[in-house]
Amino acid sequence: MSSREKILSNIRQNRPKEEVALPTNIDFENFTDDKVQKFVAVLKSIGGEAVEADVDFIKKDISLYFSKTLKIINLYPNLEIIGEDIAQIKDAHDLALVDLAIIEGRMGVAENGSIWLDETCFGGHRVLPFITQHLIIVLKKENLVENMHKAYKNLKINEIGFGLFLAGPSKTADIEQSLVIGAHGARSLKVYLV
Amino acid sequence: MKTHSQASDIFNQDEPRVDWHDESLWFIRQKRDKAAFAIPEWENLRDIASQIKENVLANMDTYLLEFEEKAQQNGIQIHWAADAEEHNQLVLQILQKHGFKKMVKSKSMLTEECHLNPFLEKNGIEVIDTDLGERIVQLRNEPPSHIVLPAIHLKKQDVGDTFHEHLGTEKGASDPQYLTEAARQHLREKFIAADLALTGVNFAIAETGGFVVCTNEGNADMGAHLAKVHIACMGFEKIIPKAENLGVFLRLLARSATGQPVTTYSSHFQKPRAGQEMHVIIVDNGRSTQLGREDFRSSLKCIRCGACMNTCPVYRRSGGHSYHSAVAGPIGIILAPNLDMKKNKDLPFASTLCGSCTNVCPVKINIHEQIWKWRQEVINEGYAGFEKTQGIKLMNTVLSNPKIYRFAGKMGRQTMRFAPFLVNNSLNKWFKNREMPAPPKESFREWYLKNRNNNKNEQ
Repeated sequence: MSSREKILSNIRQNRPKEEVALPTNIDFENFTDDKVQKFVAVLKSIGGEAVEADVDFIKKDISLYFSKTLKIINLYPNLEIIGEDIAQIKDAHDLALVDLAIIEGRMGVAENGSIWLDETCFGGHRVLPFITQHLIIVLKKENLVENMHKAYKNLKINEIGFGLFLAGPSKTADIEQSLVIGAHGARSLKVYLV
Repeated sequence: MKTHSQASDIFNQDEPRVDWHDESLWFIRQKRDKAAFAIPEWENLRDIASQIKENVLANMDTYLLEFEEKAQQNGIQIHWAADAEEHNQLVLQILQKHGFKKMVKSKSMLTEECHLNPFLEKNGIEVIDTDLGERIVQLRNEPPSHIVLPAIHLKKQDVGDTFHEHLGTEKGASDPQYLTEAARQHLREKFIAADLALTGVNFAIAETGGFVVCTNEGNADMGAHLAKVHIACMGFEKIIPKAENLGVFLRLLARSATGQPVTTYSSHFQKPRAGQEMHVIIVDNGRSTQLGREDFRSSLKCIRCGACMNTCPVYRRSGGHSYHSAVAGPIGIILAPNLDMKKNKDLPFASTLCGSCTNVCPVKINIHEQIWKWRQEVINEGYAGFEKTQGIKLMNTVLSNPKIYRFAGKMGRQTMRFAPFLVNNSLNKWFKNREMPAPPKESFREWYLKNRNNNKNEQ
């Protein structure tokens, strides 16, 4: 008998026989906070930053913090920032030198400050939002939802190859519980809510 | 191997350090409380999470088969491992098939349970743990002491010394920011050079055939998206029925673990990227046996948040290594005896049965009741040891016989009054770190017999 058969047959023999109904359609409609305010506050508490902005503000803001000499990958169409062309990058390892990636988020979750990104956000390289030194996400305010239950109602994760909820910059507290921003992933996250 | 109480004795020799360890973990427990209390429906969520997991236990085989079918449709290769040995062999075979020599690994308690690293190293594979805490303990040749915070037992000076020796940081430097930056640079090189990335699995979804991996550092993703081959290893109990169930579990997991609203990265792997190979190894290693133990099967509901460890008064004051098991703390106590009761016979006694673990568990496992039941199993199987067995036999004789009980009580009181040195010495374990109470002049029974008549007269 293969291990597969052995494991499954042991499980069938040993599993509890009384059925417990699977809870479905879970949601809690008790969310009274303003979604934008909540999202901004929670993201700040986990080391990120979110501001309401229009395209002109975003352009000015980015030029304030990031010099043109840096290696930038911009996947948000309206910014007139000419960075590297990600289509020319064949090997994901070459992204190790990227200083800043600007991408568009699909959905934001107010209760935990996270943003849903799927692989259509990354210009063909899943590693982009992790390997870049700094990350900027542009997110439509109308795509904010209250909580994770609402988020999953909007998602069809079986239709994508890879996606994630990203909440803030990479961080660790593995040395004496001291919070350090910038473990392996992006050192900073700024979200523009448009 | 030292028993939990022997190892704890050593851990307790450095009292300020024990206090520091205790307070560090209690601080995390407090953060958990703050996060939990901010969610009005928290207790509801725990109930729902528990029900989902109960449903999983009753339909485990169906969900696993559904997962297998959907995952294969997604282009993921599925393997089944009956035990640790088979799991390790499967990983090695995949490495050898490609001729790979270097792999990076993100946190997976399952691979600790299976002792994968020493096995692969013996077979000429370089294994680099990439979670910062795990890398620290790996460089020190230690196992993790906590499932979420692997290096919680170490001070920053210890980490500074380790990094000075292995990564060439400045001697005496112990600033966490500086040390983390050094690890970032060191591990980036390893991510770039790795042929294969191994990750754990937090949740595998039957409905979609995908799986979710949660990290704060981004190390699982850095490994998995750069390497040519990704292996994800899961104990079979990680399965959940539907994607929408993640809404419940992701709300509970990080809040219970560290008090964060959600982990920084909750990555949903569904299909391999173009040109990549993706494997999932589904591991039993004693889990199907545990599923058949009615009193203990609900331990398989665990989502590995570590809340029970942070709250446990014994864990906080004895340290994770005292448990000599991949998973320490209260949850470790109820998982380990299933794997090897003889080796872990001491663990069910490493508890005060205070019940705090049960109160914080996000999936409502009755942890402290199971600890108490494991004690009974250990004694029934004859593993309790001479001292404990004789003690319990003696207690049984005394407590079940009123005459002997009364006589023993009287002797005890008189001994404490007239010959206190007989109990106030190191042979009496209760006396360690405690003063004995002042002996009462009479027992309650004696007092009652005297006063019963007085009271009657007053009426």
